[in-house]
Amino acid sequence: MDDSTPPLFAWMAWTPPVVVFFSTIAVMLLVMTVWEFRSPTVARRGLLPLVTTRGDRLFIGLLVLAWTVLAWIGLSDWDPRGGLLTGLLALVAILRWG
Amino acid sequence: MKPLNQKAWLMVLPVLLCVAFSAVLPLMTVVNYSVQDILSPTQKVFVGLEWFRDVMRDPELHGALWRQVVFSGCVLLIQVPLGMAVALAMPAQGWRASMTLVLLALPLLVPWNVVGTVWQIFAREDIGLLGQGLSRLGFDYHYASDSGDAWATVLLMDVWHWTPLVALLCYAGLRAIPEAYYQAARIDGASRYAVFRYLQLPKLRGVLLIAVLLRLMDSFMIYTEPFVLTGGGPGNATTFLSQYLTQKAVGQFDLGPAAAFSLIYFLIILVMCFLLFNLLKQAEDSR
Repeated sequence: MDDSTPPLFAWMAWTPPVVVFFSTIAVMLLVMTVWEFRSPTVARRGLLPLVTTRGDRLFIGLLVLAWTVLAWIGLSDWDPRGGLLTGLLALVAILRWG
Repeated sequence: MKPLNQKAWLMVLPVLLCVAFSAVLPLMTVVNYSVQDILSPTQKVFVGLEWFRDVMRDPELHGALWRQVVFSGCVLLIQVPLGMAVALAMPAQGWRASMTLVLLALPLLVPWNVVGTVWQIFAREDIGLLGQGLSRLGFDYHYASDSGDAWATVLLMDVWHWTPLVALLCYAGLRAIPEAYYQAARIDGASRYAVFRYLQLPKLRGVLLIAVLLRLMDSFMIYTEPFVLTGGGPGNATTFLSQYLTQKAVGQFDLGPAAAFSLIYFLIILVMCFLLFNLLKQAEDSR
């Protein structure tokens, strides 16, 4: 990646996994924006103890995902993909029922 | 419930673009650094989540985080009641009120590194007023070599520097309570305590939450004052999260672990902001 990186962004030390990571975030934001314009969110109270919009639930879900992965790799020697999968399940559950 | 109109967010777009250049690009760089071992500007090795694993299991980080939590807890426990007490004791009007406001605002105007330097001299046992005074009173006070003394000095310095902010916020909140409420309380024969408990305290709820939010965030990011006063010592006794991070990034030049640590620090702050923001929102809704 380094050899082909333009000098302008060489200082950012890009790696393919991080490109995928930020592309996913950008796509998520784009999808949420389009979704919002097509069908404006309705604030509601689900399993979480507060009234949330779709964006709130995504934010909470992403925080839970990040902390799940960190706790997984910090507390166990298991494959980190297990933590990622658990976090993703939590994210989906929060988006759907949160 | 009625759908929310989110189109106003488009108006925030210019600011978002500015933030993208000043904050998001550096954040992206930090994420890149956190998954690589940076050997030199041209030599980098991808290590995946290795630095996150190391940082999450680093006992020094756990120590710094624990000290940080205790420090922020002490700061809130002292500064919020003290600030409220000062605000309640302040004159409501006249030249005394103006003079008190100016005097209270003075510590807030002093730059952080100057505060550290002032307290470093003030607390010295040989020439400092506080250090000499305590020694003459018979206290065995050595903030440079005793961790308890160092903690007390850092805490006292922060209380001196930032309690006025809490006091000023509470003062503004108290002045916003209409006089009619006090008249009604007087007619009912309410005691001074009853006025505070059932009138002033509920009316100050929003202001107090903002004060707690500001002080918690700020104390959680404290760096300059303890760095100048104690340098994080004795040992690691007053090394808080920011200072530990700086040691890693600048002192040891461990850019990968420092980047991973920065992201974890960022996530901690994000969770705290989210919780406090929701508390504020609930307080506003319950008004």
